Amino acid sequence: MSHPLAWLESILTRHQHAPHRLVQVLREVQAARHWISRESLSRIAEALQLPLAHVEGVAGFYRFFHTKPVGQYRVLFSDNITDRLLGSEALLQALCTRLKVQPGVMRHDGRVSVATTSCTGLCDQGPALLINHQQVVTRLTPSRIEHMASLIEAQVPLEQWPAEWRQVDDQIRLADIKLGAQPAPGQGIAAALARGPQGMLDDIKRSKLRGRGGAGFATGTKWQLCRNFPGQTHYVVCNADEGEPGTFKDRVLLSSFADSMFEGMTIAALVVGARQGLVYLRGEYRYLLEHLQAVLQRRREQHLLGPSIQGQDGFDFDIEIHVGAGAYVCGEESALIESLEGKRGTPRIRPPFPVEAGYLGQPTTVNNVETFCAATHIAVNSGDWWARIGTPQSTGTKIHSVSGDCERPGLYEYPFGTRIGRILEDCGARNTQAVQVGGPSGVCLSNSDFGRRIGFEDVPTAGAFMVFDRTRDMFAVAHNFAQFFAHESCGFCTPCRVGTELVVRRMDKLKKGYGSSEDIQVLYELDKLMHGATHCGLGAAACNPLRDTIAKFRPAYEQHLNSLHFAPGFDMDAELSQARLATGRDDSGAHLETLA
Amino acid sequence: MSNTYRIDALTPGTFSLDGQEVEFGHGESILQAATRAGHYIPHLCWHPDFGAAGSCRICTVKVNGRTGASCTVQAAAGQLVESNTAELNAQRKTMLQMLFVEGNHFCPSCEKSGHCSLQATAYAMGMEGPHFEEFYPDRPVDATHPDLLLDLNRCILCGLCVRASEQVDHKSVFAIGGHGIHTHLLVNSPSDKLGDSAILPADRAADICPTGVILHKRRGFVIPIGQRRFDAKPISEQVEGSAP
Repeated sequence: MSHPLAWLESILTRHQHAPHRLVQVLREVQAARHWISRESLSRIAEALQLPLAHVEGVAGFYRFFHTKPVGQYRVLFSDNITDRLLGSEALLQALCTRLKVQPGVMRHDGRVSVATTSCTGLCDQGPALLINHQQVVTRLTPSRIEHMASLIEAQVPLEQWPAEWRQVDDQIRLADIKLGAQPAPGQGIAAALARGPQGMLDDIKRSKLRGRGGAGFATGTKWQLCRNFPGQTHYVVCNADEGEPGTFKDRVLLSSFADSMFEGMTIAALVVGARQGLVYLRGEYRYLLEHLQAVLQRRREQHLLGPSIQGQDGFDFDIEIHVGAGAYVCGEESALIESLEGKRGTPRIRPPFPVEAGYLGQPTTVNNVETFCAATHIAVNSGDWWARIGTPQSTGTKIHSVSGDCERPGLYEYPFGTRIGRILEDCGARNTQAVQVGGPSGVCLSNSDFGRRIGFEDVPTAGAFMVFDRTRDMFAVAHNFAQFFAHESCGFCTPCRVGTELVVRRMDKLKKGYGSSEDIQVLYELDKLMHGATHCGLGAAACNPLRDTIAKFRPAYEQHLNSLHFAPGFDMDAELSQARLATGRDDSGAHLETLA
Repeated sequence: MSNTYRIDALTPGTFSLDGQEVEFGHGESILQAATRAGHYIPHLCWHPDFGAAGSCRICTVKVNGRTGASCTVQAAAGQLVESNTAELNAQRKTMLQMLFVEGNHFCPSCEKSGHCSLQATAYAMGMEGPHFEEFYPDRPVDATHPDLLLDLNRCILCGLCVRASEQVDHKSVFAIGGHGIHTHLLVNSPSDKLGDSAILPADRAADICPTGVILHKRRGFVIPIGQRRFDAKPISEQVEGSAP
């Protein structure tokens, strides 16, 4: 007789019962059973020799792990503002109505649950959704929703759903270096080997390449620090946790330019002396895993990975892919490393920085997908060549994920120094009110800013470029971003955990028309506090969209006020909630806004 | 990790804390050095016997004009540290108010009143009310243990019980679970209940809570109100004995 948890043993064995594999173990258990039962958690804890509460704490951290049953079909609508602009909220409601299910609540027969998730990186072909954390549906329409409801009712397996539903297009509208013609696999490695590790490092420094993930740290300096810190071994980590809403350029690089990314990692390994590389792939891009593994396998066969790369004795390097499980904060490099180590993705106290003590305490360089791609082109073409592109402080090109109100959403690659207005013209944006550059944690630009230029010295960006025309309510945009930050706060530090929630409550109140100018003042104060007091950059940036939109689009907020001078001390309707609870009433007569 | 307070003669140094010179030892944080020298920097999640967590952010100071949690910023010679300023104390008051509205804190009926670091720090920062709307979370009380009571309504997620149980008691009775505003304390036992865990009343974890989450049963009001720790002197004048 086989043990009821026998299926779990093969997963545990494949991960060598190693505690630092916990997140990967949980992900596979979740994929196998749709949810992770307490019995499974206990068995995992026992096998990995971890306290049960620790395992439970890790499972409870990630949005894609469920410790209670969820529907056999778990439908998650992407909830970025760009999805909402394309009508995602009405589509979610339509699906729920057809399936007779409440959002966020599993249907009584266990067939389906419908909810929202943070941006799935398909903004240029939305509205989009994610099913069972591994299949996407793009370009949702009312007819697709209607058809989908019938497929779910008939229990049709996902692989038999119409293939065009899961079609994801690259939509490269303007290509320069990184989206253009690519060097043959191995060309960059050969060029790097010819220069030698120090020579290659010098060339990266000459290129003045800066990180493409947002922070803009000098890549050459990072690699040099990592190379110089002593350790038992060194690691190269690729940050493919592209979680910033509105950003999808890494999705395309992973889909169609994976060779250049892996090659860049291999070049980094040569420079820092690493034997092991890790790609942290965001859970939303799980559907790219098989493709990426196939590319890795081909590269091993081409002697571009594995022992003695390109016949060079002692140059041994291989790459493994870890899949995340729905946590924006893991895009922060120290939180990403915690997650790689199988823990809750809470940012670490720094120093020490990852270049000194990163993955498993060893010197680790963490770079963005696009940065590694750039390194490959620099190896082939030289650092001086790269440094001549862009501006003196921001060299090379940058890929922008353009979405929102424009005729041609998709990817646009420009040299740094490009005007915001030029990008708007190229993507066919008309009557533009605002552009959110760099995602919710970036900046909101209005008409008077469109002459400014992309670059670390003017408008820095991690790659998102969301366009809003004059018909849009910028308060609704800021509201969506506030909900995003509250949803994604890791909960570790007081100002972010409570502050993001207080911000959402203020915004909800304003939306319902119960707000006062006092609430806008409190939003200002929360912004100021969170900028200085939070543990990491997520919390510090959480009020950026509020600050910008209040400053630039204050009327959008004030239109939600009954009176500019009215200062209610409390929310009347919210005060009635206890009375509703006590009387068991929730009908229209029990709510202020619907009371006749 | 227990910290020794011996000053390493090879790396002496001083920094300035609100205009007063403070000597620090090798590898010490600003908060460690300041506390050892008898200076009060308000804090909740830090305890001299344990490594820094950096989660409550109450000890946030300005170091050469940049803000940082003084429990995590390494002391360095010549630093200009501002702590007791109107701006920083106002910020601390706001974060204390956040902690109050996030949980359910009713001081008059709490056994910990007068011994509570959250309450005492709020007094020290001049907090007179919650300012924000109360969240009134639904958090259960766990009375399953024969000698200890766990009232999660008062949990501020400082993680001191987690560290004490792991590092001193070697039992790992507690862990942090959930995320965002739903972050909460977990008990390591088959039933999730304290009664089935390995904790004992003599454990360090049973006496580390700065608020009133972990309480000893049958000890209610053994020390009368008026004679409690912070009734005698405010928390800012009890720096050496930071342990509750």
